[in-house]
Amino acid sequence: MDERKPAKIVLRELQDRIAQDAWDAKQRGEKVGWCASNFPQEITTAMGIPVVYPENMGAAVGAKGGGQRMCEYAEGMGYSNDLCSYSRINFAYTDLKRCEELEIPFPDFLLCCNNICNCMIKWYENLALELDVPLILIDIPHLDAMTCDADRVKYIRAQFDDCIAQLEEITGKKMDYDRLNEVMSISQRSSKAWLRAVGYMSAEPSPFSGFDIFNNMAVACVGRGTVEAAEAFEQLADEYAALVKEGKSTFKGEEKYRILFEGIACWSNLRFTYKTLQSRGINLTASIYGPAFSFLYSNLDELMAAYSYVPNSNCFEKELQLRVDDALKNKVDGAVFHMNRSCKHWSGNLYEMERQFREKTGVPTIVFDGDQSDPRCFSEAQYETRVDALTEIMEQRKKEAAQ
Amino acid sequence: MNEVKMLLDELAAVCANPKAQLDAAVADGRKCVGVLPYFSPEELVYAAGMLPFGLWGAEMQANESKRYYPAFICSLLHTVLELGLKGALNDLSAIMVSICCDSLKGFGANWKYGVGEAVPVIDVAWAENRKIPAGVEFTRSQFRKVLGQLEAIAGDRVSDAEIGAAVAVYNENRAALRAFSAAAARRPEAVSPMARCAAIKAGYFMDRAEHTEKLNALTAALAALPEQKWDGLRVVTTGILADSPALLRILEDNQIAVVGDQIAQESVNFRVDTPVTDDPVEGIAQRLGQVEGCSVLFDPGKQRGKELIELAKKVNADGILWVMTKFCDPEEYDYVPVKRMADAAGIPLLAVEVDQQMVNYEQARSAIEAFAEILRF
Repeated sequence: MDERKPAKIVLRELQDRIAQDAWDAKQRGEKVGWCASNFPQEITTAMGIPVVYPENMGAAVGAKGGGQRMCEYAEGMGYSNDLCSYSRINFAYTDLKRCEELEIPFPDFLLCCNNICNCMIKWYENLALELDVPLILIDIPHLDAMTCDADRVKYIRAQFDDCIAQLEEITGKKMDYDRLNEVMSISQRSSKAWLRAVGYMSAEPSPFSGFDIFNNMAVACVGRGTVEAAEAFEQLADEYAALVKEGKSTFKGEEKYRILFEGIACWSNLRFTYKTLQSRGINLTASIYGPAFSFLYSNLDELMAAYSYVPNSNCFEKELQLRVDDALKNKVDGAVFHMNRSCKHWSGNLYEMERQFREKTGVPTIVFDGDQSDPRCFSEAQYETRVDALTEIMEQRKKEAAQ
Repeated sequence: MNEVKMLLDELAAVCANPKAQLDAAVADGRKCVGVLPYFSPEELVYAAGMLPFGLWGAEMQANESKRYYPAFICSLLHTVLELGLKGALNDLSAIMVSICCDSLKGFGANWKYGVGEAVPVIDVAWAENRKIPAGVEFTRSQFRKVLGQLEAIAGDRVSDAEIGAAVAVYNENRAALRAFSAAAARRPEAVSPMARCAAIKAGYFMDRAEHTEKLNALTAALAALPEQKWDGLRVVTTGILADSPALLRILEDNQIAVVGDQIAQESVNFRVDTPVTDDPVEGIAQRLGQVEGCSVLFDPGKQRGKELIELAKKVNADGILWVMTKFCDPEEYDYVPVKRMADAAGIPLLAVEVDQQMVNYEQARSAIEAFAEILRF
């Protein structure tokens, strides 16, 4: 019998430890940074520079019920309620210097990357001004083709090298390139283990409730360059493999229907969005967060390209292909698309994405309005009604298929 | 005065009916390429013998576009897409879309699948780290790529000499625009906010050489006018667009002159010339590194705010009017720190939200009237 703690506990503890490490480093007088979630973490991990992630804070504050309060505070500062709720929460925290749901150590520098969205740039510009700390941007231009071209790789690489030089100056820590190679290979190990774990969603039933991805991905984001993360993801994958072998699942109840959930979770309404699906026997078995953290590469140039392939940085056709492939592989019966009020980038093509996804997969789809951390943009009634409609269609299709 | 009025009316007529310009160019056998904001290399279109046709939205209701974009995307993009979906832009040979803000990133696919392949999309990427050598080089490489696509549409190769000549035409136009803007600031009684805006905006729908000629004549005619005292207020505008006729009328009604601007559609586009370089495409890329004052540009330290305050002081403005394009993230982020900078400098700043689909401007009217009262106090 395996005496180890379950992987989800290990991952949670690891996430807490990474956060605590940043606090401890700050206490010791080390320089600590605030970092964009899809910034090339290989740099800071290899240099031993502690960083924390305001986006993760935004999600956690939303999940713990502080989203509306913090967003409203930021609106009082003059920020439009039109803006990303993660950024509004972060601006409120920056001004208040406290947050009852979660606090992160204040930064000595900022690391920005716009591969997920350009609003990161404006957000971090404002932080740099407000906090009077240096800002380093690695600009990863949106792809206009299926693959990242050599011009982009060259440009990103130059910024990568420049970032290292600037961080050496800011922190006094030197980059050890052997260590960078080591971190790159650990990150590959983590990414592959993560992909193996989420790959088990193709089993019927899926060995886990798909909403677990939203919890586990935090470590995939912040800690994938560490051995502990690689081991934890390998353990997670092993646990899922064992469940598949036994035909079991952590999903509560019978998995009647399988769906793709498109978009960021509604953190402030996570329980409701989950329960509404779970109570109807609907499990999430496909999400872009599966392939999203698969930063696969074998050298530095490929690493640059890998950071161009994060969700939302690809051209539309690639984004569509990722979702369709994931949905078909994981045998979904339907799809739920989140029109996220915070994210203009994600929402700008969502209607067309939904139409083409529906045509290519042949499964029914719904769109609901929500927000990643501002509960005022989410309506329980609308969500429930649309999930009911989806369930009816999926049920009808199952009946027809059985005849 | 008659000549000033005649030229202003002529340019206003161009703005009032850009489609006529497009039709005339097409009838003349000239291919036209639609250019969306921001900082696409228009000179390359011109060098290829085609007419760059500005696509900055339209005052209209967008309906069909809402099948593609959610309602919370700016009207500029909604209305351009709407025009495309309704076939009003079918005479364009292509559109250039700069993928530099989150809403623009989705435009190309919405156009491609909504309007169709008859008017192809040319994606324009440029470096946000636009001042470092690697950024300039990346922008140059992308603009060269764009040039290749334009050559395919034009059906002919474009030489560096032709690009250099186009750069010269654009630099002359920018100089003419700067001179006109300064002349208009000296003659607020002769150039209303609406007339000023139209004279500048007309350039997006005309051959730039022809626009330069008109502007130079206008500036000369303004200089010949007798001195006249202006008792009204003087403001500097900032934002993406300040071309709403309803808004500009409110300024006029309140005796408010626009004596300078930091508007993306206006001065931001002509304040800096394209440097003349051996590789003319590199010069166009370098220019991007020199432009300031636009929220879609990476701007650590918010030079935009510093530049805006300097401008307001330089032109002796009574205040700053922030024309806030509704649902524009970059503008909404910039607003908070720049407002604080203006407050610290003691320069009154009013923000009014504007949307091209708006029909009722009474809220803006009340705010501007109150602002004017404060400034006069």
